[in-house]
Amino acid sequence: MSLLDVENLTVRYAGSPRPAVSELNLMIERGEAVGIVGESGSGKTQTAMAIMGLLPANASVAGNIRFDGVELCGAPLTLLNQYRARRVAMVFQDPRTALNPYVRIGKQLRRILLEHGICDGPDADVRTLEMLKKVGLPDPERQFRAFPHQLSGGMRQRAMLAAALLGEPDLLIADEPTTALDVTVQAQILRLIRTLHSETNSALLLITHDLAVVAGNCERVIVMDKGCVVEEGETRAVFSRPVEKRTRALLSAAPSVNSPVMCAPASEDADPVLEIENLAVSFKERRSGRGKRLRAVKPLSLSLGERETLAVVGESGSGKTSLARATLGLLPADSGHVSLLGKAQPPTVGARRNAARRNLQMVFQDPLASLNPAMSVREIVTEPLRVHEAGMKSAQRLASANAMLERVGLGAELAGRYPHELSGGQAQRVAIARSLILRPRVLICDEAVAALDGTVQHEILKLLLSEQDRCGLSLIFITHDLAVVRQISHRVLVMYMGRLCEIAENEALFKRPRHPYSKALLSSVPALDPATGPIDVPLPGETASAWSPPSGCPFHPRCQHAIAICTDEVPVPADCAGSVVACHRAADLDLGY
Amino acid sequence: MLRYAYLRILGAIPTLLLVIAIAFLMVHAAPGGPFDAARVLPPAIEKNVQAAYHLDDSLPQQFLGYLQGLAHGDFGPSYRYRDYTVAELIGGALPLSMRLGALAMLLAIAAGVSAGVIAALRKNTLLDRLVSGVAMIGISIPIFVVAPLMVLVFAVFLDWLPASWASGGASRLLMPVVALALPQIAYIARLTRASMINVMSSDFVRTARAQGLSTASIVRYHAIKPAMLPLLSYMGPAIAGILTGSVVVEEVFGIPGVGQFFIRGALNRDYTLVLGITILYAALVILLNLAVDLLYGVLDPRMRDR
Amino acid sequence: MSAFSALRPIGRYIRASRMVAVCLLLLLLVALIALAGPLLSPNDYIATDFNNRFAAPTLQDMRFFGTDDLGRDLFSRTLLGVQVTLFVAVIASVVSLGIGVAYGATAGFIGGKVDALMMRAVDALYALPFVFLVILLMVAFERNFLLIFVAIGAINWLDMARIVRGQTMNLKHREFVDAARLIGVSTPGIILRHITPNLLGVVVVYMTLTIPQAILVESFLSFLGLGVQEPQTSLGALVNNGISNMETAPWLLVIPASVLAFILFCFNFLGDALRDVVDPKHKT
Repeated sequence: MSLLDVENLTVRYAGSPRPAVSELNLMIERGEAVGIVGESGSGKTQTAMAIMGLLPANASVAGNIRFDGVELCGAPLTLLNQYRARRVAMVFQDPRTALNPYVRIGKQLRRILLEHGICDGPDADVRTLEMLKKVGLPDPERQFRAFPHQLSGGMRQRAMLAAALLGEPDLLIADEPTTALDVTVQAQILRLIRTLHSETNSALLLITHDLAVVAGNCERVIVMDKGCVVEEGETRAVFSRPVEKRTRALLSAAPSVNSPVMCAPASEDADPVLEIENLAVSFKERRSGRGKRLRAVKPLSLSLGERETLAVVGESGSGKTSLARATLGLLPADSGHVSLLGKAQPPTVGARRNAARRNLQMVFQDPLASLNPAMSVREIVTEPLRVHEAGMKSAQRLASANAMLERVGLGAELAGRYPHELSGGQAQRVAIARSLILRPRVLICDEAVAALDGTVQHEILKLLLSEQDRCGLSLIFITHDLAVVRQISHRVLVMYMGRLCEIAENEALFKRPRHPYSKALLSSVPALDPATGPIDVPLPGETASAWSPPSGCPFHPRCQHAIAICTDEVPVPADCAGSVVACHRAADLDLGY
Repeated sequence: MLRYAYLRILGAIPTLLLVIAIAFLMVHAAPGGPFDAARVLPPAIEKNVQAAYHLDDSLPQQFLGYLQGLAHGDFGPSYRYRDYTVAELIGGALPLSMRLGALAMLLAIAAGVSAGVIAALRKNTLLDRLVSGVAMIGISIPIFVVAPLMVLVFAVFLDWLPASWASGGASRLLMPVVALALPQIAYIARLTRASMINVMSSDFVRTARAQGLSTASIVRYHAIKPAMLPLLSYMGPAIAGILTGSVVVEEVFGIPGVGQFFIRGALNRDYTLVLGITILYAALVILLNLAVDLLYGVLDPRMRDR
Repeated sequence: MSAFSALRPIGRYIRASRMVAVCLLLLLLVALIALAGPLLSPNDYIATDFNNRFAAPTLQDMRFFGTDDLGRDLFSRTLLGVQVTLFVAVIASVVSLGIGVAYGATAGFIGGKVDALMMRAVDALYALPFVFLVILLMVAFERNFLLIFVAIGAINWLDMARIVRGQTMNLKHREFVDAARLIGVSTPGIILRHITPNLLGVVVVYMTLTIPQAILVESFLSFLGLGVQEPQTSLGALVNNGISNMETAPWLLVIPASVLAFILFCFNFLGDALRDVVDPKHKT
């Protein structure tokens, strides 16, 4: 008998045209690792919630969910609670909100043991501590007494895993467990999940939109789309020889570090369009007024050529967004300056001249937040013209706007709509139209596609690249997604804790990284085909707190190649075989593949 | 955390001084003196009376004098009840008003929180709609309508409870306390319900459900503490509401409390009395607010680290 | 126009929920009645008739609500009461709106130390029993009709200030404001075209909640005898009168009290429902 047998599961919501989950069949055997992949809205999370019995009251569920032969679908709460935690447990996506911020970690966890009568008071404490240690939390006693906000993202997710495993369940469901985490931390957590899976012999149901994550961790995969199962089978088989059209679409849209490059070669030997020299940004600590400053970006220099795409990569705390905002003048820089087309720019955007402002634009991460909810698409796209082209008549502006909307792939019928009536992808296209209508020379994209689904992401990237080709646009693309970097950039800047680690040509970075952190980043990215991917130990630890950075090279506590000088001296960016690297050991390390 | 407490306590003092100053100015900026209503006095006696009440000093001098008096617990003499000082009048009436207010507050919290939690847990059922509806009606009927109606129904028509305070006996406390508590019960019930619903739909409660905790356990170990925080923030306005309501209740039921003195003072233009009571109430509220703030700082773990 | 588009989510909600729509219609009806006032009754609200005191409600002579202790027709007095009450409440609310929005938007937009100071002041004033200060004011300055507006407005601006400040701060940091600055929109332009239209929704909703508060304060003042003076009357004054004559003629209390409660209920219900649309994470 299978451990989990789901038969004809259908989940419907009143007022919704199609069911969230439609006639789903799923079987999981003991000890198996199965993955469910699909884009947002495909029904994968709904399936997991249905298995756990956590669907909201307005959902109508039909079908069978048999766990070890016992019917759980529609079962009374008392029965469900016997199965939760002890037979089937779940880990959620965002550890920040999934843990109770008002209760200490240890207390929350031990409550599970006490509730199910697994053991009594003092034993519960002991067991909880053991589990915290098992999931790799440093200083478990301290974390036991700590509140969730005192832990970092990775540590919180470890605590969540500990909570899930306390009841020794036969099935662990993990819903996007690493999506909210940094790439290097993601690698750690995935490894932890793999280890725990093999050690405890429990089954694993891993839900994610990232096919590469499934490729490295699950024997079987189920592909979902619009609530239905589209294809399923052994992971390796499905990914290498997909049958269904939908599966093929997902696979081709899923970028990987081995994907071919999409962009055209940049112009050679032209004057730099944008130059940043020794730009440094810091924030004052607001709370205590003590005046302690958080140095978000340490003095950094770079230049951008015509038709060039520079990718800026880094994890949280790397300073990449601060760098962008300071370049644009949205944030005052402490020192250094920015030159656009050879002319030095004042540090604040308000002080800059219109001629300069129109040449430097930005596309933001959250498309809906970057559009004024009170303005229609038409008004949003014509506003730049109203500011810069005073002579233009309203009819001309409208014509320009419509032309621009068509160029970004939106029909003119959307012109009268308001942002809340648009999808994520449509909204981002409007934002791009707005930023391109003045024909800027430089466009900065700050995680512009991070909030979008795989196929939409692909479309937007194609759009940006075609604009680059057409108008000679230079792009600065800020992202944490190395696969995207591989596809569209000419050069890459890797940042860590506000410092430059490496600037290299695309090919050079991916084939022969020079900085240990660059190498670690590349190793952390899950590969779609495990055989081709690197099989390194994930980078240990987490990014240090920006308020008290390590001495010398900020990366040295986590670096396996660190030597004495790394603790004392900050490495200076220097040329190394065509790349610029800030590492004391750049010359003698060989990190290539 | 200590620093936060220190700052809050320090911040309360200027607020109190500001209130005293505003109130004082209002009284003394009023046209005409306090004795205008009484008979016109011969100039010589008028002058003596003025001197006795310090009315011939300059305004800042009067204010400082008043502050000095306050520091010693002296609110000045009553303009109307010539034989008594304001402090004596208030002091005599205060214990009764405090008892009334405290009982009403306790009743309001007990009834309001229970109703709110139950309504939240039984969201959208008949019980919930009933509680929400009654609470909504409760905040729509002013206390000066409810109190007399209660007297009409329970004392006059049904004759279950005494209509006036003077009749004595323990049961005379029931209606005034309930009347005073009712609007607050309504507010607190609505507030608790909304807060509880909010907490119960949060992600961490979903995690607790996934961990197999029963609803009772979830409420007890995960939900109740965060759900109570907005209620704590409401305590300040709640106390202000009880004070305002006490004026009405004491008037309607004939209770010789501070509120009644306030109304008498207002109608008789007994300035020092009215001023004194206003300042007393403000000080009370500021103090209680401070206590609530500090308590909030203790209960919310994210604030402890500041 | 772009300003009104900010009210669209509210419009949608009203159309979606039947109860809310009914409430809105009822309030509009009340507003119309208030505009017409005592003109809707053939009887005079001032005329006393000592031969006809304490008459019970009857259909005769259109004296639907009976007469009071001075023989005056309660129906026309109630109509007048509704007119005066709503008039005072709306004007007072507009006053508190003006103060609150100006204060809150300034604090929110300037931010930093100025904001911290301004909001500290609001926090300090928030729980003070303002009503007592108002009573003090009314007593000191005699019963001035204009003063009532100012006084009530002065009590209620705090909530509005807080909400507007919160919303302004929220908006100020939203990316679309950054985008506007990048385009080169001037600061006045940003305030006018980007921030203000998005404040409208919140302001409208909280106005709906401020009006009942103002009504309550005015009624309270009238109950104490400090509100509108004879021969004008408000619902609060009518209730006050009703209380004195409660045992002889209960309808003198019940009718004005019910009308008052009904109006308050509708406003509270409407405001409550709308608040969930614009401010889903609202605190107390």
